[in-house]
Amino acid sequence: MCVTCGCANSGEAIVETHEWRAHRGPDGHEHVHADGTRHTHAHSRPHTHPHTRAGGARGGHAPAADAGLVRLEQQILGKNQLIAERNRGWFAGRGILALNLVSSPGAGKTTLLERTLADLKSAIKASVIEGDQATSNDAERIRATGVEAIQINTGAGCHLEADMVERALAVLQPEAGSVVMIENVGNLVCPALFDLGERAKVVIFSITEGEDKPLKYPHMFGAAEVLLLNKMDLAPHLRFDAARAVDNALSVNPRLRVFRVSAVTGEGLAPWYAWLRGELAAARL
Amino acid sequence: MHELSITRSVVAIVAERAAGQRVTRVRLEIGRLSAVVPDAIRFCFDLCAANTPLAGAALQIDEIPGRGRCDACCAEFALTMPAGRCPRCGAGSLRLISGQEMNIKEMEVEPCA
Repeated sequence: MCVTCGCANSGEAIVETHEWRAHRGPDGHEHVHADGTRHTHAHSRPHTHPHTRAGGARGGHAPAADAGLVRLEQQILGKNQLIAERNRGWFAGRGILALNLVSSPGAGKTTLLERTLADLKSAIKASVIEGDQATSNDAERIRATGVEAIQINTGAGCHLEADMVERALAVLQPEAGSVVMIENVGNLVCPALFDLGERAKVVIFSITEGEDKPLKYPHMFGAAEVLLLNKMDLAPHLRFDAARAVDNALSVNPRLRVFRVSAVTGEGLAPWYAWLRGELAAARL
Repeated sequence: MHELSITRSVVAIVAERAAGQRVTRVRLEIGRLSAVVPDAIRFCFDLCAANTPLAGAALQIDEIPGRGRCDACCAEFALTMPAGRCPRCGAGSLRLISGQEMNIKEMEVEPCA
């Protein structure tokens, strides 16, 4: 797509900076500007006139090879975004609720997931995509609860990408109307940048971390829609100021929905489950 | 270090568009609020470009400053973080209007002999 106007002039390299030339395809291209100006650029090859750079501003036709400069105007993560949108459509077509769970290592993502899946077993059909650099320990923990899980090992990679999820879905084949939990690699930086096609990112932040974590990792807290403040059962033993932590998170992202929970005792999980059920009902519509 | 996979993407996209021509320069646009560190991209670039049509190419990165607009009072202001409060009215809901760019703007290819 041409980024100047949104027209579908793909494939060929876009040459130089002049707007009309940017719209020139290999066989000519007609184009109407917002102000009504219409350009038709019939362009038969070979040319009989000389190609000069100096004449460019007045309508010389310098091809890419002459100019040397080729405008690309491409999003670096465009390919990931494309696959993510395809995943999103795949989920939508099947009425599946997909969530991308992100946190620092050790915040309790897997424990929270085990607890959630076990508590909702009778009400919700779910499956899990586990992302870790190495081992299939987490997928095995999930499978032990009777829920289907598939492990992705990213090796040197510090985050999941949309194509990994696409491949995992082909193997996992989640049921229509179910929940797919994608547990990302424990990392608060990179997963913020890579859309997987999820309905929402859920960030898990445990109270054994610092209250200022949302301020230190604003991209992730900004990208998430839900914050699960986990390990609340440890509150009596810690000097963690939960109110300040939540304030920090909301200062980064005022739209965050916050649930204070403990995956171990089950404290505070009911509102999180209610949110999950509501989102699943919406996904099934 | 997501800059490595981002740099790989840059090299793959540019190499594909160059279609065999040797690339001498690549210009990127990276927003200061994008969570991508230009120095890390520079560090990865030569490694990723080796043995591709981009080998030896110069890398130019234009850094785009962050700007936000307040949802409440419509003020526009500079941002150094992808979040914050409006400096005029104090509201916490703002929209990022620039600084999140991650684009490949252009490349320079060696003219055909």
